[in-house]
Amino acid sequence: MNLTKEQQDILDGKQGDVLAKVMQTLVRYGEVFGADAMVPVTSKYNHLVTSFGLKALAPVYELMDKLIESGNVSKQKFSADPRPLDPNVPSSFLQNFVFKNFMYSKQEDYEKQLEQIGIMDKDAYTCTCYMDEVGNTPAMGEVLSWSESSAVVYANSVLGARCNRNSGIIDLMGSVAGYVPRFGLLTDEGRKATWVVKIETTKKPEAQLLGSAIGMKVMADVPYIEGLDKWLGGELDEAAKTYLKDFGAATASNGAVGLYHVENITPEAVKYGKDLVAEGAKVYVVDDAELQRVYDSYPVIWKKKDATPKLCFMGCPHMSLNQLIDWTKKVEQGLKEAGKTKVCIPTVFTAAPAVLKKFEETPYAAVLKKTGVITSYICPLMYMNNPLSGKMPVITSSNKLRTYTSARYYTDEEILEQITKGGAER
Amino acid sequence: MKEFKGRVIAEGTVDAKALVSHGGLNTLASFQKALQFGDKKATCGDQNNPDLYGKQMAGKALCLPATIGSTTGGLVLYCACSMGRQPACMLFSEPIDSLAAAGAILADVWLENSKMPVIDSLGEEFLAYVKDDMNITVKEGGVVVCQS
Repeated sequence: MNLTKEQQDILDGKQGDVLAKVMQTLVRYGEVFGADAMVPVTSKYNHLVTSFGLKALAPVYELMDKLIESGNVSKQKFSADPRPLDPNVPSSFLQNFVFKNFMYSKQEDYEKQLEQIGIMDKDAYTCTCYMDEVGNTPAMGEVLSWSESSAVVYANSVLGARCNRNSGIIDLMGSVAGYVPRFGLLTDEGRKATWVVKIETTKKPEAQLLGSAIGMKVMADVPYIEGLDKWLGGELDEAAKTYLKDFGAATASNGAVGLYHVENITPEAVKYGKDLVAEGAKVYVVDDAELQRVYDSYPVIWKKKDATPKLCFMGCPHMSLNQLIDWTKKVEQGLKEAGKTKVCIPTVFTAAPAVLKKFEETPYAAVLKKTGVITSYICPLMYMNNPLSGKMPVITSSNKLRTYTSARYYTDEEILEQITKGGAER
Repeated sequence: MKEFKGRVIAEGTVDAKALVSHGGLNTLASFQKALQFGDKKATCGDQNNPDLYGKQMAGKALCLPATIGSTTGGLVLYCACSMGRQPACMLFSEPIDSLAAAGAILADVWLENSKMPVIDSLGEEFLAYVKDDMNITVKEGGVVVCQS
């Protein structure tokens, strides 16, 4: 790899041993993937995937201390993934005890470390940092050092920024050094599509289901998607962005997609069209039957498969403002049709603190509160990721939450049916 | 006995019994319980991986195609190494993925007493040949010897 004199000096330890190790980590990481150079991180803010003071990650906090003590903090301010705890979210006495005393006992200490190393502010905890309300929205072509998979795929695809699917800690090291290795999705060649996906459904495909199908098919490759634009209204408006947020998170978690192009919609597809498709690209046709096949393939890992759901989580990744408003209307209407005033299953809508603040300023907040739905900034995945919560029958329309936890997936329509009318057959 | 050659991601030599996953290793799902609840054997907690679920990963020659799952994967692997609950080595049939590479390199650069040789690109034939409990020897230069 070609290093500049400054980069070589850092690697040689001229700015201290700790920064030399940071650079060594990044250079070796890049060399594995054939990187040709270390390039500057150009986004205003970084974003970290580690937001949780999980006792099991003690070695990570020790490493962070080494960075802080040696003065090697992040060159950019950053946001971080959502907090794992929120007293608003229903939990049992035992769950609270385990969360606070065993699992997330390091939360307070870790948040102090994040303050020292450069978090944007105390509310900058969300997986959807790219929302306007949060303000960590990279511009097209900017180079990032992110690692949260749903944010990386959104930034690459919907915003046209450039970021590899990094691991946690590598994200921080990129912003400590100020450089990341150039390979993969940072290069024009790496952004070419090696799959063409043809959407041939008879109705608008469920975002989370379509993302899952494509993710499982193409895994870490880049898909170029044809025929979705007509279902998204032909432009990248707020509704389309929300759709692509959920779609992308499913491609990234059910597969390992870091970038997709949607014909006539996403910025690079609008600019370059089919020139983005690599020679010899494979073809995947998605029709109604294929989506049904994928849906039917999901295992239900609840101990009692017909258990009554005890909790419903919406918002993994965190919901957008227009999504919160849209769902408020749907829940209100659904309850009206069912002759009810409150949701049948304890339901939590999660969003970024800044998005929730905006939502609270709208008349819809009071309407949603009346339905009994709880709003929260929590990370549903972190809530679910322990043996106690894992035994709970939780439902969700998030394919990411389904993949990483025991939560059971339903389509948006089925979730609405469940929470407003108390049941949906599958 | 059969010998395979791959690319060295993290150097080192080791002898260990094989543990084989034909599907991707979900690092977070596999290691979280072990790291959280003090299981020194690092019993695999990933219910979606029938090859590994319930089996001891610490000290084994973990043979796999790639890692999958959360992008916390690299730091989870780093933590496993730091706590001495890592596999004896990781042997990938495919070119290594970015999460596993990050974990292997973080451990190699930042930890002094927790070495875990990592070899990738060993080929499909390697994963087809190797079986649980085979004797694995990792030699210098990315050479892996499997024998029953």
